[in-house]
Amino acid sequence: MTIAEERSELAHEPDAGGHHGPSGIYKWLTSTDHKVIGKNYMYTSLVFLMIAGAMAMIIRAQLVQPDGHIVSQQMYNELFTIHGSIMLYLFAGPFAFGGFANFILPLQIGAPDMAFPRLNALSYWLYLTGGTTMLMGFFVTGGAAAFGWVSYAPLSSYTNSPGPGPDLWIVAIALTGFSGIFTAVNLVTTAFYLRAPGMTMFRMPIFTWNMVVTGILILIAFPILTAAMVMLYADRHLGTHFFTVAGGGSPVMWQNLFWFFGHPEVYILALPYFGIASEVFPVFAKKPIFGYKGLVFATLAIAGLSTGVWAHHMYTTGTVLLPFFAALSLLIAVPTGIKVFTWIGTLWGGNLQFKTPMLFALGFLVTFTMGGFSGVMLASPPFDFAVHDTYFVVAHFHQVLAGTAVFAGFAGFYYWYPKLTGRMMRESLGKLQFWIAFIAFNMTFIPQYLAGLRGMPRRIPVYLVSDHVTFLNQVSSVGAFLTGFSFLIWLLNLWISWRKPIAAGDNPWDGHTLEWATSSPPPHHNFTSLPPIRSQRPVWDQNHPEYADYNTEHDGTPKKGVEAK
Amino acid sequence: MKVEYRVYLGIGVFVLLVTVVYFFWAKEYGGAMMLFGTAGLGILPALYLGWWKRRMDPRPEDVEEATMAESKGAVGAFPDHTIFPFVLGIGAFLTALSLVFGAWTAVIGLSLIVFAATSATLESRRGGAV
Repeated sequence: MTIAEERSELAHEPDAGGHHGPSGIYKWLTSTDHKVIGKNYMYTSLVFLMIAGAMAMIIRAQLVQPDGHIVSQQMYNELFTIHGSIMLYLFAGPFAFGGFANFILPLQIGAPDMAFPRLNALSYWLYLTGGTTMLMGFFVTGGAAAFGWVSYAPLSSYTNSPGPGPDLWIVAIALTGFSGIFTAVNLVTTAFYLRAPGMTMFRMPIFTWNMVVTGILILIAFPILTAAMVMLYADRHLGTHFFTVAGGGSPVMWQNLFWFFGHPEVYILALPYFGIASEVFPVFAKKPIFGYKGLVFATLAIAGLSTGVWAHHMYTTGTVLLPFFAALSLLIAVPTGIKVFTWIGTLWGGNLQFKTPMLFALGFLVTFTMGGFSGVMLASPPFDFAVHDTYFVVAHFHQVLAGTAVFAGFAGFYYWYPKLTGRMMRESLGKLQFWIAFIAFNMTFIPQYLAGLRGMPRRIPVYLVSDHVTFLNQVSSVGAFLTGFSFLIWLLNLWISWRKPIAAGDNPWDGHTLEWATSSPPPHHNFTSLPPIRSQRPVWDQNHPEYADYNTEHDGTPKKGVEAK
Repeated sequence: MKVEYRVYLGIGVFVLLVTVVYFFWAKEYGGAMMLFGTAGLGILPALYLGWWKRRMDPRPEDVEEATMAESKGAVGAFPDHTIFPFVLGIGAFLTALSLVFGAWTAVIGLSLIVFAATSATLESRRGGAV
C-alpha cells in the first residue's frame, strides 16, 4: 500500500527525494531536518560523555592513594562538579531526548519531521552553546564552578563561590534548560498531532510513549530549575536574599526548589532509556512486548509519583515530613518493578539472539535492577540517615543513572546505528566492548557501596589509611580505567565502520516498528510509502503475514479461523 | 484525542490528590504550592485537549481501522534549510553571557535575536521556508 496522495506529495516537492540543498558545514548550520539535528545531538552529547569520562578518570586517579596529589583540592572540586553537571545536563538527557528521540520518534509514528523543525534547530544551538558555556568555566579566573552539580546554598553564594565560573555554570544551565523545554514541546506535539493514519496512541511503540511522558515531565520540571537559577543569580549579584539566612531567606528552600526539579529529572534521564530497552528486547526475542499497556501505565505512574518524592534527598535536613516522602518513594518501586517483570516476560520463552544491542540491554537490566534495589534501601529514612552523603549514595546513583544511560544508551546506539548511517558496526568489537564495560562498570561501583557502608563521605579528595577504604578505592579505580578503555574499543568500532563500511540494508535486525519500513538512512521527509498500521508491530506484520499480530494470539498461536503456515 | 486528553488529565488529577494529602499532612506551604502548580500543568493542557475532543471527529490517527488514504490534506508544511535558528541561538548565547561578562555582549546578542526573529517571520510570510 502506498501513502495517500497528500502524503506522497511530500515526496515530489522540489527539494525532496533528490534534494538539492546546501552541503557541508552550511548544511549542518542550517538544517531543520530532525534526522540531522538528532545526529548532531547524539554526537555532541557523546563528545561531552568523553570529556566527563576523562574527568572521572582524573577523579579516580586522585583516589587511588589515601593522600593523592594528582590535582589540587580546588581542582578536584571543580572536576566532580563539572563531571556531574555534564553527565546529567549535557549527556544523559540530551543524548536521549535530543538525540534518539529526535531521530527515532518521527520515524516510529510515520511522521515526515518534528512538529516545529525550526524550534528543534534552535534547541540544538542552545544546547551546544550552553555546553560550551559550562566548559568555559575552566578558562576564567577562579576556575569553574566547584559546588557540586546540586549547587547547594549557601555554598553557591557569591561570598562562598566568587568569580565568573559559577555564573557561567548558572548561565549554562539556563541555556540547556530552555533547550530541553523546546525539545519537550516538540516531542509531545509531534506524538499528539503527526501520527500516521491507524497509528493510535495505544499502537505507538513503547519508546515513543516513554518520550511523550518524558516530554511532559520536562515541561513540569525544567521551568522550576530555570526559575531557581534566576533566583540564585539574583542572590549572587542583585542583592536579593532568597537563600541567605541573614536577609530572611532560607537555604533549605534552594534544596526544595532544586529537588522539585531534580527528582523528576532522574526519571527524565531514565525513562527514554527504559524505552530503548523496551524496543530492543522484543526484536531480539522475536516476540511482541509482554504487557504493553502495563508498561505504558507503569511509565505514567512513575511520572505522577516522581513529582511527589523530591524531599527524599533532604531527609537529613530535619525539615521534611519523613513518612510522606518515604511512602511515595517506596511506591515508585511498584511501577518500576512492573517494568522489570514485563521485560523478563518479553524475554521468557523467546527466540533470543545475543547480538550487541541485546547484550547491552541485558547489561542495563542487571545494573539498573541492582541500583534500583539500593534505591529502595535509601528510601527508608533510618537507613538514609546512616549513609547520606557517603559513597553508598554515589554507587547507587551511578548504577541507576550511569548504568542506564551508558548500557541502554549503547544498546540504542548499536541498534539504531544502521538506521542512522546505513552501515553496520562490527559485532565482535561490540561484544568485546560490552563484556569489558559490564565487568569494569560493576567493578567500579560495587566496591563504592562497601566504602560507603564503611563511612567514606562523597566529594572528598583525600582519606586516611585508618579508614580502611584504600583497597576498595583501588579496585574501584582500576574498574573505572577499564570502563574508560571500553569506550576506546567503541571509538575503534566507529572508525572501522566509517573506513570500511558494511551496508546495513533497510531492516538488518528484522525490526518491528515503522523506522524499519524506510531506507537506511531515511530519505528527506522519511517515507515514500508506509505499510498499513494494524497492530503495534506494523513492519513485523508486513514481513511475516503468517504470524501477523492481528492474526495470532499473544503467545503466537493462530486466532480461530486463521490458518498459519 | 481521547487518550491524549486522559494522559494529561490523569497526571493532573493524581498530582492534585497528592497536593491535598501533602497540604493537610505536612502543613508546609512551599511544597504544596509547587505541587499545586504542577497539578495545573497537567489539568490545563487536559482542558485544552478535552475542549478539542468534544468538537472534533476522531482523526485518522485515532481510528484503528483507518487506511493511509483517509489522511486528508497535507500533513503539514515543513521548513527546509534556514540559518535563522542558528543566528537566534548565537544571539541568545551572547545575551546570556552578558550576565557574566558585562552588558556589551548583550548589545550584539539582542541585535542578532531581533534580526533572526524578524527574518524568520518574514521567511514564513513569504511562504518559502515555512
